[in-house]
Amino acid sequence: MLVFCRAVVRSCRGVTLDNIRPFHLFNDGYSVTSFHRRKLQSHITCNVCVTRLFSSQPHNPKVPKVATWEPVQDDQLPQPAKIPADLVDKLERLALVDFRTKQGLACLEKAIRFADQLHVVDTSGVEPMDSVLEDRVLYLRNDTAKEGDCAEELLRLSKQTIEEYFVAPPGNIPLPKREDRTALLKHSEF
Amino acid sequence: MLSLTIKEVSLALREGRISPTELCRKCLNLYILDYIPPFNATVVQKLLDQGAVLIGKTNMDEFAMGSGSTDGAFGPVRNPWSYAAPYREQKGVEPQSDWVISGGSSGGSAVAVASLTSYLALGSDTGGSTRNPGSLCGVVALKPTYGLLSRHGLIPLVNSMDVPGIMTRSVNDAAVVLGVLQGLDVKDSTTIPAPPSFTELPEDFDVRNICVGIPKEYHAPGLSDETVAQWSRVADMFERAGARVEQVSLPHTQHSIVCYHVLCCAEVASNMARFDGLEYGHRSEVDSSTEAMYASTRHEGFNDVVRGRILSGNYFLLKQNYEHYFLKAQRVRRLITDDFRRVFRSGVDVLLTPATLTDATCYSDFTQEDNRTRSTQEDVFTQPVNMAGLPAVSVPTSLSRRGLPIGLQLIGPALQDNKLLSVARWIEQRVGFPSISDFGESSEPTKREQTSAV
Repeated sequence: MLVFCRAVVRSCRGVTLDNIRPFHLFNDGYSVTSFHRRKLQSHITCNVCVTRLFSSQPHNPKVPKVATWEPVQDDQLPQPAKIPADLVDKLERLALVDFRTKQGLACLEKAIRFADQLHVVDTSGVEPMDSVLEDRVLYLRNDTAKEGDCAEELLRLSKQTIEEYFVAPPGNIPLPKREDRTALLKHSEF
Repeated sequence: MLSLTIKEVSLALREGRISPTELCRKCLNLYILDYIPPFNATVVQKLLDQGAVLIGKTNMDEFAMGSGSTDGAFGPVRNPWSYAAPYREQKGVEPQSDWVISGGSSGGSAVAVASLTSYLALGSDTGGSTRNPGSLCGVVALKPTYGLLSRHGLIPLVNSMDVPGIMTRSVNDAAVVLGVLQGLDVKDSTTIPAPPSFTELPEDFDVRNICVGIPKEYHAPGLSDETVAQWSRVADMFERAGARVEQVSLPHTQHSIVCYHVLCCAEVASNMARFDGLEYGHRSEVDSSTEAMYASTRHEGFNDVVRGRILSGNYFLLKQNYEHYFLKAQRVRRLITDDFRRVFRSGVDVLLTPATLTDATCYSDFTQEDNRTRSTQEDVFTQPVNMAGLPAVSVPTSLSRRGLPIGLQLIGPALQDNKLLSVARWIEQRVGFPSISDFGESSEPTKREQTSAV
């Protein structure tokens, strides 16, 4: 049901009526508690939703009007960490992922710089927190096997298996040097 | 599924012509990822046991890393409100090129519910990945208390913060689903016993007994004036109805996102170590050595975002940095949790905050910045809740000037999910958020079904 009423006109002060096609009764600019929403017929072209904001409503003083964050100055932070190529290499070996492009390195440096902001917080006397459930005793079940015997199903998921074994390439061979790694990755599909 | 309509798929599932596992296989075989899980996650199994019909799997950011659902292996997710009349009929908007993001990382799930494709969708919430798209797509998105829902079967991102998220179109539905899913699970030792739940949320919740807190630090830089106006509007609603509304302070909020960033990268680096290609999943052809195979498998299987986080995480976990970054972040985490505890102990029942900075951004604008920057911007209001393990729900309140949904977030004390939902329901009954079915022609829903649900 389309309803134009004085209350709506009054509270639409900041917005032209061209944009408004209200179809609910409004009470001081807010919809009433119980209303019936009817499916609109296609002849009612609505280019604006009923609960359009009325910017002329007074602002609740409990809600902060402006941002309350204090920007962290550069001089409050420690020196920006420089990541030498050796460290990148070490990280790549530890993580077994590569991030060889300049953009990747820049991303890592930005991430570290962002994390440096932690140091403006005073945490003296505070214990590290591992888990939010630290003050509870968690349930542990008895060490009795309740299910299993699914070796075949699990082996089916692997690409290379022989009988009941997962097949791995030879181990104890360190990753090739950085220059050779590029060649290795070039041959991969991506 | 890509050549069938949703109706055909769901009928096939109901009639037993196809099982959910086979359905997965049919979808995934078209792409390189060919891991078919040999078991159902506990939350999925509980739904199936109740007779729920699984109609599909949804698109998301790869490994749930992102806040826009733009970095998935299957392409970005489009917000269905981009195609509804209020957005489409603005001057100068070209829906094919100016479509807006759905938020992330569980964007596809939010879209499935928002586009009326599905009654319910599950997502994951580590830093706001359920509430962010829920708010941008105009659906109710619940992040339950940490430990209430089992994480068995949820691919872990950050073990100490992950929670399966619930997305529905109404708060009542979310409460029903929560009732089904919550509870101890022997397969997940981080689950806690569920408190007795209501069979139904109260129809007429009396807000005169509650105190709503407005944390002043939640007006972060970049918050849109429309969201502030909605925040103020709902605060007014509470006051008029007789609730006590107070401004409170959570002083460490500003540093929460930094803390989250460090902890997330560190736990991710550890959790992603399981993907080596040996026991399951993609495996590279390189087999000169185990390490070489692992390295090239992970290079092929992970996108830049994932690799970036793993590397950052490994940096923070290096012996020389462990105390400086990781332990420091854990200490800040305790400060943030204590902030919340103090506020709730002082008599506040729920906190009312924005859920996102603005309404949904255009995809073309969103991709101007990299994933990490966007995550640090978009997750500001949602991740402190994950750090403290509290329940939170985002409720859509109105459409913005651009015709896109704006949502607000309610945060409650741990294990008081039902009270939180009662308050959320109270808001939902009064804000009059429209249904997407009120706009657009009748031929629109079919098109939306096939494009937005993957």
